[in-house]
Amino acid sequence: MTVTTTASAGPRDDREPAPATPPSPRKGRRPGRALPYLLLLPALLLEILVHLLPIVIGVAMSFRELTQFSLRDWGAAPWRGLDNFRLVVDLDAPAGQALLRSFVTTCLFTVASVGLCWLLGTAAAVCLQDTFRGRGLLRALFLVPYALPVYTAVITWSFMFQRDNGLVNYVLHDQLGLLDSPSFWLIGDNSFWALLTVSVWKGWPFAFLVVMAGLQNVDREMYEAAALDGAGRWQQLRRITLPSLRPVSQVLVLVLFLWTFNDFNTPFVLFGKAAPEAADLVSIHIYQSSFATWNFGAGSAMSVLLLLFLLLVTGVYLFLTSRERRVSRG
Amino acid sequence: MADPSRYPPPSRAVRSVRSVRSPMAPPRSFLWSRRIFLTLLSAFVLLPVYVMASSSLKPLQDVSGKFRWLPSGLTVRPYLDIWETVPLAHYFVNSLIVAGAATVCSVVIAVFAAYAVSRYRFRGKRLFTVTVLSTQMFPGILFLLPLFLLFVNIGNATGVALFGSRGGLILTYLTFSLPFSVWMLIGYFESVPRELDEAALVDGCGPLRALLRVVVPAAVPGIVAVAVYAFMTAWGEVLFASVMTDETTRTLAVGLQGYSTQNDVYWNQIMAASLVVSVPVVAGFLLLQRYLVAGLTAGAVK
Amino acid sequence: MRRIRARAVRAAAGGAAVLSLLAAATACGGGTSASGGSGESSKTLTYWASNQGPNIEADKKILEPELRKFEKRTGIKVKLEVVPWSDLLNRIMTAATSGQGPDVLNIGNTWSASLQATGALRPWDEASLEKIGGRDRFVESALGSTGAQGQDPAAVPLYSMSYALYYHKKMFAEAGIAGPPATWDELVATGKKLSRDGTWALGAEGANLSNNIHQVFVLGKQHGADFFDAQGRPDFTSDGAVKAVKQYVDFMAEDKIIAPGNAEYAQNQSLSDFAKGRTAMVLWQAAASTFASQGMADDEWGVAPVPVASGAPGQGTSTNSMVAGINLAVFKNTRNVDGALKFVKFMTSDEEQRLLCSTYGSIPPVKAAQTDPAFDRPELKVLRSTLATSAQALPQVPNESQFETVVGTAVKNLFAAAAGGRAVSEESVRAELTKAQAQMAQG
Repeated sequence: MTVTTTASAGPRDDREPAPATPPSPRKGRRPGRALPYLLLLPALLLEILVHLLPIVIGVAMSFRELTQFSLRDWGAAPWRGLDNFRLVVDLDAPAGQALLRSFVTTCLFTVASVGLCWLLGTAAAVCLQDTFRGRGLLRALFLVPYALPVYTAVITWSFMFQRDNGLVNYVLHDQLGLLDSPSFWLIGDNSFWALLTVSVWKGWPFAFLVVMAGLQNVDREMYEAAALDGAGRWQQLRRITLPSLRPVSQVLVLVLFLWTFNDFNTPFVLFGKAAPEAADLVSIHIYQSSFATWNFGAGSAMSVLLLLFLLLVTGVYLFLTSRERRVSRG
Repeated sequence: MADPSRYPPPSRAVRSVRSVRSPMAPPRSFLWSRRIFLTLLSAFVLLPVYVMASSSLKPLQDVSGKFRWLPSGLTVRPYLDIWETVPLAHYFVNSLIVAGAATVCSVVIAVFAAYAVSRYRFRGKRLFTVTVLSTQMFPGILFLLPLFLLFVNIGNATGVALFGSRGGLILTYLTFSLPFSVWMLIGYFESVPRELDEAALVDGCGPLRALLRVVVPAAVPGIVAVAVYAFMTAWGEVLFASVMTDETTRTLAVGLQGYSTQNDVYWNQIMAASLVVSVPVVAGFLLLQRYLVAGLTAGAVK
Repeated sequence: MRRIRARAVRAAAGGAAVLSLLAAATACGGGTSASGGSGESSKTLTYWASNQGPNIEADKKILEPELRKFEKRTGIKVKLEVVPWSDLLNRIMTAATSGQGPDVLNIGNTWSASLQATGALRPWDEASLEKIGGRDRFVESALGSTGAQGQDPAAVPLYSMSYALYYHKKMFAEAGIAGPPATWDELVATGKKLSRDGTWALGAEGANLSNNIHQVFVLGKQHGADFFDAQGRPDFTSDGAVKAVKQYVDFMAEDKIIAPGNAEYAQNQSLSDFAKGRTAMVLWQAAASTFASQGMADDEWGVAPVPVASGAPGQGTSTNSMVAGINLAVFKNTRNVDGALKFVKFMTSDEEQRLLCSTYGSIPPVKAAQTDPAFDRPELKVLRSTLATSAQALPQVPNESQFETVVGTAVKNLFAAAAGGRAVSEESVRAELTKAQAQMAQG
């Protein structure tokens, strides 16, 4: 006789375990094989929906001619093979040159920004390592740029960077006399420095936060031992603090690199849709190539190349740092 | 049943942030360099904050003319006008719903995923962590248009409106913060001794119960840290919000553009509105920063 | 073992709970986007209006009474969304792609051909035009900016504008200048007298791409250059185009009658400089309401036609304005064509045209509405006669909006170079324009 589950479950007290179920073994129990997968399922589904599928579509788009004529029925857009890629890497043509210039700019910007963020963050975290009066206040203060929503921070900076009415020129030119004439910060070559300033201002507190956390894991006794050996503060910093922070810094630098390299919000809010050449980061460049000139195929091709580059850099970086760790351990 | 309070690594981490005494008094050179460095750094950090606060109290002619450190006259007019020029309250509510829901969902999903990774051995585990982490390096610009098209097609096929709705934005944002959250929580859960939840399992709890009753309470700092991160990610995003929202679902990040109008740029109102939308986030962040350090200490940096 | 499976089921239930939470979250936003689906019944319409007034809220206050009037007459409820200019083109593009958009929308008239090419707008064939009173109700020049030639218009004109030279009477009087310049040579000569002691002769919006385009398009016409050839292919590097761009940038670089700071202006700061008496002239379209909002009385400024190379404004090389304006289009995916046409008829009716155009300070593109005394102000007389006799539509080509972006950016870069003290030569102008043209060729 077959009894449906609901029928049998009906009259029975739900809290009573089913008699057929044996008590779980106390030791060496193996959980249901499906459980970890079930736990991962929501995360996996979302990653697939929001990240992986769109990437696949993006790659597919990079092989097509996708403009305002074909966008409405994008599945039927004409196939162009590698033409989009050829176009964007052709260094004899302006499009390829522009992409290369934008790429170089982005690399310089990222290296400078990540370096400065790391430097300021580490220095500040080391400075706040001991207790002194006002330390808590400073720590809170230093975290403010990180906590501010990106657009409010960047809008404020763009207000300060105005040529005629901004604070930066007022201080540098009118008050300190460092500049012969007021400079432009939001257009022209100086826009690189403006972007770097904003990016560092916004980004260093994250480095500070992470390094501060990393310092919690440095063994106190090492300092005490070093102090007994007569090592001064500077030596302790060089011999203990910085080496101990190495693993943390490695992860931090990678994360900062990826975030900075892909940053869109900062230049977009600072300069609007047409960034000046000196601050034309790849993300903005791609945005302009796809959304302003409606050439989504070429834009996708650029994005795909960018992704490949990032994968390569990350892979090499992880390989080098993990080998170094193995070497230093062995 | 094991008592979770017997294993207090996170709270120890919280405490140790505070009091660290150096074994030796630092030399003068160190003290002075520190003083100078911290002063300069504070000035750098404070400058925009000061500009934001002071400009928000200036009359319009002060902010559309040459910069001045002190207002020619204080006025609270901008704070009253911001609600008229742009439906700020409406955008505020939208941002709150979107960021709040994205945070809650992101944390819940990340907790499940991180628990699975930190406590179970299963096939595909490494593939999962590598895939999730590698999505961190996807340039947003690459999947903006595809995601938009995908949402549109899902909408057309199923009638579930994702594009233009808060739901679509919530899905997007929660996925943005998910990789970092999962990664941090895996680290944090590793720092919660396995004996804890094993004891709970032995006492007859199911794995989910063990997670909710034992692991989660012991991992509160890590979870708070992840929640703060998720909230900030959603609160500040511009690119996707500008494409995926309409008037009714517009978030603050996009809505603030409304202050530069056909006639004038109301800088004092922009600054006032910026301050108004920043204060809740900054205050919340500073209140929770201790957890953040603790969460990072145990989670991400080990 | 079974018990463990039961736990797994509970875990799955947990996962399902999360998903349903998501579904709920999705649903809570879902209600709004029904508006994106174009009008479920014939009783509603969604209307996207561009930002014409001082700000978005002001626009709502102006338009909503009119929409209620329309509802009273036809029983059709119109849902209004005022879209900021920064978003408008992107929003229309996403609507075109997704098929989820409004029923009726405003477009910048220069985008007509671009948007026509996406196939998202409903063509105005003769039958549809008849329903709103026929083609002849509209001013000819305004109809010239509603889509590619030889095709049914993609939109109908709603508000028209043209460029004029606005001058600051007091600054002119103080510099001893009798009247506004009529040719560019006069403008430069006058400008040199006006540019002194921190005041400048001419304002520009160097970082505003569209504004740059409007100016160099007209100068291009005066040098006999079009930016597109007869086949609609970009032709940015002709001698005339180079001369036109150089002439515009030279007002700052060579003649030094535009303040260098204007190179980064993109948000109408030049108007506020004008109102403050820092700049004596601006080339603008329908600026009266902005001046008023900046506290300037109407008799403090004067209006004259935009200068030409020589002689009087007219057609061909005497063109002195682009045909500026806003068009009204019907979205192809609308499920309420009838209602949409009724709404367009309402918005282009003589009565609404008089009311809305006089409120916004623009010119009605509907002939019958122009006779209203509200449009007899000196400013509007100049704008009207410009529109009727010496304005030309921007190229009606599908690539038009790309053209605005890339050439607008080229001019912006040249202004940045000029402001930074770098020389602007024919070579540097040609190099920028070559680069711009190459970006177009990608498409």
